[in-house]
Amino acid sequence: MVSGVAPDFEEKHAMKVLVPVKRVIDYNVKVRVKADGSGVDLANVKMSMNPFDEIAVEQAIRLKEAGKAEEVVAVSIGVKQAQETLRTALAMGADRAILVIAADDVHQDIEPLAVAKTLKAIVDEEQPGLVLAGKQAIDNDMNATGQMLSALLGWSQGAFASELDIDGDNAVVTREVDGGLQTIKVKMPTVVTVDLRLNEPRYASLPNIMKAKKKPLDEKTAADYGVDVSPRLEIVSTTEPEARKAGEIVGSVDELVAKLKEAGAI
Amino acid sequence: MAVLLLAEVAGGELSVDATAKALTAAKAMGDVTVLCAGAGCGGAAEAAAKLDGVSKVLCADDAAYGNGLAEPMADLLVSLAGDYEHIVAPATSSAKNILPRAAALLDVMVISDVSAVVDANTFERPIYAGNAIQTVKSSDAKKIVSVRTSTFDAAGEGGSAAVEAVAAAGNAGLSEWVEDKVAESDRPELTSAGVVVSGGRGVGSEEDFALIEKLADKLNAAVGASRAAVDSGYAPNDWQVGQTGKVVAPDLYVAIGISGAIQHLAGMKDSKIIVAINKDEEAPIFQVADYGLVADLFAAVPELTEKL
Repeated sequence: MVSGVAPDFEEKHAMKVLVPVKRVIDYNVKVRVKADGSGVDLANVKMSMNPFDEIAVEQAIRLKEAGKAEEVVAVSIGVKQAQETLRTALAMGADRAILVIAADDVHQDIEPLAVAKTLKAIVDEEQPGLVLAGKQAIDNDMNATGQMLSALLGWSQGAFASELDIDGDNAVVTREVDGGLQTIKVKMPTVVTVDLRLNEPRYASLPNIMKAKKKPLDEKTAADYGVDVSPRLEIVSTTEPEARKAGEIVGSVDELVAKLKEAGAI
Repeated sequence: MAVLLLAEVAGGELSVDATAKALTAAKAMGDVTVLCAGAGCGGAAEAAAKLDGVSKVLCADDAAYGNGLAEPMADLLVSLAGDYEHIVAPATSSAKNILPRAAALLDVMVISDVSAVVDANTFERPIYAGNAIQTVKSSDAKKIVSVRTSTFDAAGEGGSAAVEAVAAAGNAGLSEWVEDKVAESDRPELTSAGVVVSGGRGVGSEEDFALIEKLADKLNAAVGASRAAVDSGYAPNDWQVGQTGKVVAPDLYVAIGISGAIQHLAGMKDSKIIVAINKDEEAPIFQVADYGLVADLFAAVPELTEKL
């Protein structure tokens, strides 16, 4: 490398990575619909970081460990309790966190559009070179926030990434698509949403959990960013899906074949 | 009300099944214009014009749309959005990439994976991996909706809509296509197959997945896999059935060596007949199976393949 170029290069490419994380009902908890149909019961239920967001946090930390990122900032937009989710991100290795309080009631879900608008305001302030987001939250299953943020920023997007390679002004993203895999090259800065097979997130060690308590966590409100978080979708009702009845246990392959023929399935 | 349906176009060809199913949902919202976008999409547009209930087909033929890149595709939708109250697409990985981007540009919410249309503004959609069904009513001026195709019947043929060329909306060049790694297969496509045979962690290896494939071929079925099998490297990602994989609802679903995690059930529980083969009689898959066989799959699956 020509002398004199290196510092500029470093300055430009030792980027900040922003990782939005969502507090959701734990992956292993059985979901119960509230009797009044207003939603799913989240009171006194174990909550965790959205599993896809864990993968995003892990990827950001790996970029930092590889010298491709200088700082990892975790953001959560929701209720005050999302502070715990941010502490998890900090314990995994994020450097600092921003909590944007946008609701008081744990049952109020902030829609992806409002989340994307808030994140845009934070991106304008923080100027990250990369936003790494989970591809969907396992509560509303909307699969939208990353794409929406990318649109609002006018950036490129690499959705459903199973591989990510950042190389200077571009990133090569391998995406999980219906027919297999698609590889695209996107201009930096970019928004990448991560799929399941990008990495396996680490567990936070006890010393790191202790350390995370001292890492900076800024508390803001949606109003601080001038974002209206009122929902565009009114929840009319929430119901249990039609339950499927267990059928019968057959004793042998022959019996199975006979039953399937009887049912006209084969 | 005017509805713009973004057709699923792959390699210049119309994915008829996905588009025809989304068309059924779109017709419940209003008068449907289909948009085919691609590099050389004339054939797709002609195929779309034949679908029953299509008023008009728009054909946006431009190199920028050849690989479904989200940025130019979303810009195209936005350029056409003025004439429509609804923009609809089948909930494919392509549409899930594009629609939220278009929605944000239009300052409206996206309504993903709709499983029923209550009225033009009100939709049912599964949340929490299908463990709850939510009915939502949109207050946005435009409704951007992706449709879970497994819950709608495909619209038939018999239409003869006019095809009209529309101008491309430019390409800011934010991203470029590098390559597609698409598995070539003579088997039916997973999301539209009448029979699906899926293997799980119990299959144990990539080599032994051949057992699943042999049974599938005997039944002229598509092959699926649980997330555990895909994560373990036994099967490719595009075979994954479940909350974050593909959602299928075939006439017959055969789950082999699959325990039946909620995540997997979300992707197959609307199948008409479910068969489960698992050596663990406590496996949750038996709670949704019409016919369960508690057996070692390495003995039962070859026997079943032979006796069918």
